[in-house]
Amino acid sequence: MTVMVEPQPFPGERPVTDDVVREHKLNTREYDAIRTMLGDRTPTLTELGIFSALWSEHCSYKHTKPVLRTFPTEGPQVLQGPGENAGVLRLPDGWAVAFKIESHNHPSAVEPYQGAATGVGGILRDVFTMGARPVALLNSLRFGPLDDARNRYLFAGVVKGVGDYGNCVGVPTLGGEVRFAPGYSGNPLVNAMAVGLMRADELITARAHGVGNLLLAVGARTGRDGIHGASFASEDLTSESEARRPQVQVGDPFTEKLLLEASLELIHGDYIVAIQDMGAAGLTSSSAEMAARGGVGVELDTSAVPTREPGMTPYEIMLSESQERMLVVAEPHRVDEIRAVCQRWDLDATVVGRVTDDGLFRVVHDGRLVAAIPGQELVEGCPIYTPEAREGDAAVARRARQPEGTAPDPVTALERLLDAPTIASKRWVFEQFDGTVRGRSVATPGGDAGLLRVDDTPFALAMTVDCNARHVLLDPYEGGKGVVAEAARNIACTGARPLGITDCLNFGNPERPEIFFRFREACRGIADACRAFDTPVTGGNVSLYNQSPLGAIDPTPTVGMIGLLEDVTTAVPSHFRAEGDAILLLGRTHGHLGGSAYWAEVLDCVGGPPPPIDLAAERALQEVLIAAAAGRLLVSPHDLSDGGLAVALAESCIGGPWATTAFGAEIDLGRHAESVSDEGWLFGEDGARALVSCAPERVADLQRLAGTHGVECHFLGLVGPASADLEVRRDGSHWRWPVARLRAQHLDAIPRRMAAPVSAGED
Amino acid sequence: MPRIAVIRFPGSNCETETLRAIARAGGEPALLDYRDTDLQGAQGVILPGGFSYGDYLRSGAIARFAPVMGPLRALAESGAPVLGICNGFQILCEAHLLPGALLHNTQQRFTARPVDIRIERTDTACTGHYTRGQVIRVPLAHGEGRFVADEAPLDALETANPVALRYVTVRGRGLPANPNGATRDIAGICNPEGNVVGFMPHPERLADPVLGDDVGLGFFTALVERCRGAEVGA
Repeated sequence: MTVMVEPQPFPGERPVTDDVVREHKLNTREYDAIRTMLGDRTPTLTELGIFSALWSEHCSYKHTKPVLRTFPTEGPQVLQGPGENAGVLRLPDGWAVAFKIESHNHPSAVEPYQGAATGVGGILRDVFTMGARPVALLNSLRFGPLDDARNRYLFAGVVKGVGDYGNCVGVPTLGGEVRFAPGYSGNPLVNAMAVGLMRADELITARAHGVGNLLLAVGARTGRDGIHGASFASEDLTSESEARRPQVQVGDPFTEKLLLEASLELIHGDYIVAIQDMGAAGLTSSSAEMAARGGVGVELDTSAVPTREPGMTPYEIMLSESQERMLVVAEPHRVDEIRAVCQRWDLDATVVGRVTDDGLFRVVHDGRLVAAIPGQELVEGCPIYTPEAREGDAAVARRARQPEGTAPDPVTALERLLDAPTIASKRWVFEQFDGTVRGRSVATPGGDAGLLRVDDTPFALAMTVDCNARHVLLDPYEGGKGVVAEAARNIACTGARPLGITDCLNFGNPERPEIFFRFREACRGIADACRAFDTPVTGGNVSLYNQSPLGAIDPTPTVGMIGLLEDVTTAVPSHFRAEGDAILLLGRTHGHLGGSAYWAEVLDCVGGPPPPIDLAAERALQEVLIAAAAGRLLVSPHDLSDGGLAVALAESCIGGPWATTAFGAEIDLGRHAESVSDEGWLFGEDGARALVSCAPERVADLQRLAGTHGVECHFLGLVGPASADLEVRRDGSHWRWPVARLRAQHLDAIPRRMAAPVSAGED
Repeated sequence: MPRIAVIRFPGSNCETETLRAIARAGGEPALLDYRDTDLQGAQGVILPGGFSYGDYLRSGAIARFAPVMGPLRALAESGAPVLGICNGFQILCEAHLLPGALLHNTQQRFTARPVDIRIERTDTACTGHYTRGQVIRVPLAHGEGRFVADEAPLDALETANPVALRYVTVRGRGLPANPNGATRDIAGICNPEGNVVGFMPHPERLADPVLGDDVGLGFFTALVERCRGAEVGA
């Protein structure tokens, strides 16, 4: 049927003029494409709003698609790759894991508590709409330095928002990272990752099909909040962004919990055909994307959508980003049963549309046709750009930069590093996150990776989020490789094998050549590392325009990685546990200080090339760690990253955030890597290294194992008595730190700073 | 096998691990709904943790009006074991099955961490598996766990010795003992008969040796045994 009735403007709606088009962030090329798509007619305001949402960077990936296509996305473990609400990997015994990471940066910049909370809500919905029960959360957060009152306000608000939402829904937070750098002062980052478990045969995809099937809105009512959130996320933050605060959505984790239970019941009971979260761009994107994936048309009746207030226009209803709402596709004869399930969870389910055979995306309101757009083209027809990419001169200069001035002695330097909020204990953060609800947590935040037992099976999931943005800033390609390598190292330190990643690519304005260069090169690095590790990209999120009047953020391509530990009883924590155990260093030390935390935090120099990443050496190290865990050779493995060997030693001595005992250690670097400077040994950030402890009688086994993989394994010393000193000797030098003091500095760094007042105002 | 019910309210989120702990302890777990009007033969009941009704009002303040609370009260009055964990404790206080109230933590932040608790009584419905004075470390996670009660009833309580669990500092463990500012470091209490018990920590989350420790399982073993004893006695 091809009867084209022309949609009419909704009464009272503004006419679409050039100014209105510009307001909707659509350029001339895009507007021309829209007119062509509509048979050379002017769109109604509702239609323009729909295009503006779906053709925003957030929904269309118009600047990034060609680059994202270069990611490896396939492998025998992949059950669902990119393009759905979340990626899914196969696990043993018919289990599968759904996981995804997503940003909520712009809302959090103007309303930290609600912005962060709704970020968690959105990512949970992405996971449970796949049919998986959310079992873990992780987060990756970035703020400007804590000596600024507004940064403290943003940090406190975001942490509380993330915590309150996940805690209430009852999903443990098992990992995360928080880093502080001046580049995030005007634009904090809030990336949330959710992990869900399911039986592989319970997978459901968000594809509408079956002409005559009905669309139902389930969950919260639609209000005027979050209108144009997707477009907001696709522009620079400016001094006017604060005025967007009323547009930030408000989260209701209680309704989310009910929606979660109802959705899983609807999916597992086979009541429905498809389901999708009304997330960014709300009803518009959920319905248009489900229709396009299924190759069908849809007709929505916005006057049927339950609203929070009377008088909402179709434009507002289509673009609202009110939280805790789902769009469900179902056969007409199941509607009563669906309503009954929802009612049991105190939720409304309302028919708001139907699947059609004409491929059109149609919106009617009170019987008037207000939008009629070819559905496939609406979702896929946005012009794709290949922005210019050119490394900036400033970036080249930064890479050549060297620290100036006198370096403090290593004793002071390590203490300064442990007191740097980026390296310091994040206990203040994750004691606000429930890490043990559901009773399956094996390792909670504070170690290398989170670890979760899968139901009552013998295996466990390892999970981590990582991004050393300083390395990416200094060399996007090597930094990009390094992000994946660090994540994989963290996973392997638990004994788990890396399985796959999700990514959250946070960058500035892609229309600037130096920004797009960073984006393209970092993605190339991620892709190469994923190929080397057999960890396909299963999905993710791009967040561009992270750009405030203070400039662009540091490029932050955060990677969330999942690994499989086959025998959960082999799990070991990442700190020393017994006096007299041997301490060994796996991997080769080159003493590379460029891009290091030592330069940045102690010598005030963000510069130099970051350490080059040897992917083969990383892979070999992973194999050693995995085999060593399986053979129960290790008492503690800990990856070397920020702050190098010295920080890894200190952390291994200090113990976890709730440790009952801290141990000393006696280290002699002997004649290993003699050409490397003392600073390079202590603070260099070469990759492919891990610090491990083991029973003395297992040293030979470990060295043999490392040798078979071509990984260097150096005996460094012994774990000392409880509450003793960390002592390091090299040739004639000798450095000593009382561990109790290091522990106090490490634990107190953030609480001490947060004791100062916070301020929402600019200062 | 004694049947022990776990009651799910809208917003409960600790029912899975609580059911699992009952099964591990040798009981027959049964998940009941807050709308149920009979306890389906349960010999003991656990109100699990979570955020009933989102805790948007005062924690537990709405749940106390749920239909299931009638038969629950009758069961409690019959002397059968009734245990409230975290949000369940808050509900028992709101329902006046236990004295006192639970307010926002002094630090005004949600707090999740391990705590050391001392078993003050071993003659309650769920503490008989421990020894008096024993200190165990279990997880805790709440925003409203500061137990308060008026001094006079508190003194009366203390005289009758119904404080079941207290937060304590263990030398060398380096954590502040009291995680929420609770009066007299009270982590858990019971009624004078000892059959109704409520506490804030979450032993059900540490009831699987594969997770590193199962020291929390003792509460559930004791509860199951108490029900079994009642079975034999009847």
